[in-house]
Amino acid sequence: MSLFENFVIPGLFNYWVAIFLMMAGFYVVISRGNLVKKIVGLNVFQLSVFLLYISMGKVDGGTAPILAEGITTFSNPLPHVLILTAIVVGVATTALGLALVVRINESFGTIEDMEISELERKMEEQE
Amino acid sequence: MMHRKHILRTVSKILAPFIMLFALYVQFHGDYGPGGGFQAGVIFASVFILYALIYGMDNARRVLPPNVRRVLLGTGVLIYAGTGVVGMLMGGNFLNYSVLLSNPLNGQHLGINVIEFGVGMTVFAAMVSIFFVFAGQDRQ
Amino acid sequence: MIFDLVDITLLVFLAITALAVIRLDNLFAVVMLLGIFSLISAVLYVNLDAVDVAFTEAAVGAGISTVLMLGTLALTGSMEQKPQRWSPIPLAVVVLTGAALIYGTFDMPNYGDPDAPIHKHVADRYIEKSGEEVGPPNIVTSVLASYRGFDTLGEVVVVFTAGVGVLTLLGHGHLSRRKRHREEDEIEREATELGLDESDIERLEEEDI
Repeated sequence: MSLFENFVIPGLFNYWVAIFLMMAGFYVVISRGNLVKKIVGLNVFQLSVFLLYISMGKVDGGTAPILAEGITTFSNPLPHVLILTAIVVGVATTALGLALVVRINESFGTIEDMEISELERKMEEQE
Repeated sequence: MMHRKHILRTVSKILAPFIMLFALYVQFHGDYGPGGGFQAGVIFASVFILYALIYGMDNARRVLPPNVRRVLLGTGVLIYAGTGVVGMLMGGNFLNYSVLLSNPLNGQHLGINVIEFGVGMTVFAAMVSIFFVFAGQDRQ
Repeated sequence: MIFDLVDITLLVFLAITALAVIRLDNLFAVVMLLGIFSLISAVLYVNLDAVDVAFTEAAVGAGISTVLMLGTLALTGSMEQKPQRWSPIPLAVVVLTGAALIYGTFDMPNYGDPDAPIHKHVADRYIEKSGEEVGPPNIVTSVLASYRGFDTLGEVVVVFTAGVGVLTLLGHGHLSRRKRHREEDEIEREATELGLDESDIERLEEEDI
């Protein structure tokens, strides 16, 4: 069966592990209530997407994309450039998200989203 | 107990210039090997974060006052965009480095080095500012 | 065969770390596991010939990101509350999405295939012409700074904006400003109780009693 042919290394194993990590990060975001843990889940999601892109850029028998004497096959440099930008933007948004979490903790005293909704509803009822 | 603090302080003081040197090496050899502006900015910022962790936030704020941090943050972006505008003034399109010097290859080399320097400066200032703001909050 | 074994071992480590991140509820341990995750990813990138990306991931992901999260945990709590009831809906959504994505990967070319369409068109031109048109031996730097210079300009502006945003949200001394406002409100309330009028209140506020 073609399924077994593809499953033996190398095949598509890299992509399946990347999708598993993506779903793990996604599960943490939608099922846990703690805000810091949600941000950790988002980071795991981002890392798995980077893994998917870099795996797609690898060429069998190639080397790192740095010109040198006697090397003719290189791995694709374009995904490297995109992921370099994405990593830096990811850390910038994580820093901003963590700053928001600190401010929320100051205003409400908690970082569990169930308790925050309760406090917000009580504040609206008082007005 | 007291010995641990002496060891940390001495070792971090000895290591700091070497880490800065490595950051500058990564910055300026970015076109011959892996490296470039982003990595160099982060490594340079780690020196100041190490200093703040071991010597305390007051000493760290005296070493790097808020005005210096804010000026560095904006100057990096200014250098990057400024190179693009200089390219326009010399006759090419925005961010065209070939027209900066008489030989196009030398112009590209100069343009790439200058903008990587701007990128490194902004990344350094942003990382240091963010860490100092997080660490300077009063605990509740 | 040797390199494939390293690949598979590292990927299995990543999967185990992700499962541990889901299960643990001590947030310090979760942040440390995220650092380990970043570091294993960096080693994996070196194995996949992406040396620039590995450098950046190790410096930024395992360094700065971990430090910022630990700083946040020092200001907020460090334990996560377990949800009261376990609902099966998130698990169902995740399994369905994962199955759909895996079904989509059967169309993709095999890992490492040199004839994949991604390696034609643009990337070929960058590799061939980078030496004559731009110069530096590192093709990633020449693409990042010269061929795709606009993207990098946008990225630097994003980093700048994040720095400005964090400075605005948690800026220097904003806690003491809030305490000062609370003291001013208290002074006004006590003054009106005692029957003083507006000019006296202003004088008292200025003297900062």
